[in-house]
Amino acid sequence: MEEPKANVTSSGSEHGEKEDGAGGPIILFFILGLIASLLIGWVAFPPLLYSQKKQPIDFNHALHNGLVDNGCESCHFFREDGTYSGVPKLAQCIECHEEPNGEDPEEVKFVEEYVKNEREVPWLVYSRQPACVFFSHAAHVKNAQMKCESCHGPIGESESLKPYQQNRITGYSRDIWGENILGVKRHSWDRMKMDDCAECHAASGFSGGSVQTEKDGCLVCHK
Amino acid sequence: MDQPNNKRFGMVIDLDKCTGCGACMVACMAENNVPFREDDTDKLLSIAWMRVYRLKNGKSFPQAEECFLPRPCQHCEGHHGHSPCVSVCPATATDYDMQTGIVSQVPTRCFGCRYCMAACPYHVRQFNWWDPVWPDGMERSLNPDVSVRMRGIVEKCSFCYHRYQRALDKAYAEGRRDLKEHEYQTACTQACPAGAITFGDLNNPAHAVHKLAQPDMAHEGQSRNPKAFRLLERLGTNTKIYYLSSKEWVRKAGDTAVQKA
Repeated sequence: MEEPKANVTSSGSEHGEKEDGAGGPIILFFILGLIASLLIGWVAFPPLLYSQKKQPIDFNHALHNGLVDNGCESCHFFREDGTYSGVPKLAQCIECHEEPNGEDPEEVKFVEEYVKNEREVPWLVYSRQPACVFFSHAAHVKNAQMKCESCHGPIGESESLKPYQQNRITGYSRDIWGENILGVKRHSWDRMKMDDCAECHAASGFSGGSVQTEKDGCLVCHK
Repeated sequence: MDQPNNKRFGMVIDLDKCTGCGACMVACMAENNVPFREDDTDKLLSIAWMRVYRLKNGKSFPQAEECFLPRPCQHCEGHHGHSPCVSVCPATATDYDMQTGIVSQVPTRCFGCRYCMAACPYHVRQFNWWDPVWPDGMERSLNPDVSVRMRGIVEKCSFCYHRYQRALDKAYAEGRRDLKEHEYQTACTQACPAGAITFGDLNNPAHAVHKLAQPDMAHEGQSRNPKAFRLLERLGTNTKIYYLSSKEWVRKAGDTAVQKA
């Protein structure tokens, strides 16, 4: 890096040596290269990194939310032993959708392809965590009285499901890393990384029992 | 960190009751997805979180006696949670939790230097020399609450921490925050047909473990029960596994690792 700088200062003077004028193209080449790399890194690479998958059925959360009386827990319920049911199984949907209730093509498709054939819908779960993560919905929703939106966002108001973006390298959903490639976080539900869990745990004033980290014990979230 | 509502989960194992049947070992392996191989006879290479040892009094026929000693992770507290393995881990893969008294091992953080195995005086830490291979169809019976470990990392007993979390989930769903004694029990405790293993919170005077172990917290948890002993107590590891035996030679065996021949 020293040499081009020396060229720049000497190029204008009468005492310039043989390599006069070579500094300009080198710097230009460097700047162009830098711009090209940045464009590839920030613009071209992110869409390449994620594959886009369509959900099997375009589910309308807002419509269902208006018809049920217990909010999210009407379908995403807790079992008696405190475990969380997660994405509903076909058996639950059948309670209302044995036959199409309306003329929505998505509902007709759901009944024709899945209900009639008794096939589970292969939903793509946006918030699926790696296998080494232990997460308890009961601890957060029942014990800490947190709202679903705090982590999942206003998905209950959405009228259609966004494409599921899968990281081609890790296989995890883009919702774990977050939409923003810069890692900027505006809402509490923008990301679901370990730091995001830790941030809230620290802010909630838990006095962790970990001797090494003075945070929560490792096994609280890892398995 | 030292809070009055902190738990100190621990175990009392009555060696007078233990028959050495090995049910605890089997239950532990099934519960915690512990890998095994077709030929697991070389105990330096095989993995068991719970291992039953045989002790002998070294005497001949009329006086010959033996005793079986099940050995899970001793969950050393040391001085303020500085157990031997936790002190040496360079990856923060193992840690002492003051809120439960459990020494954790997080497989995804461990990179397999095995320093902890060298530090552990009880040989409870085991190394995965191979990736686990399950007999056909057995992968369907793996426990989803315990992650499967890969080749090149260390694993050990966690006091079935996932059972603690499942029990807490149930309590939360019922609007409680505290567990009843029977709600959180390890797999080995429940499997023991002789009822030799008792598990619970050593800090809770109502729990059976507390009554049996009678830990004297002013003296690093030393037991006031004359029948009780802990393994290598003089090292100051302050373990949470208490053994009971009515025989003096057994009690002595627990603390004489280096005995002159």
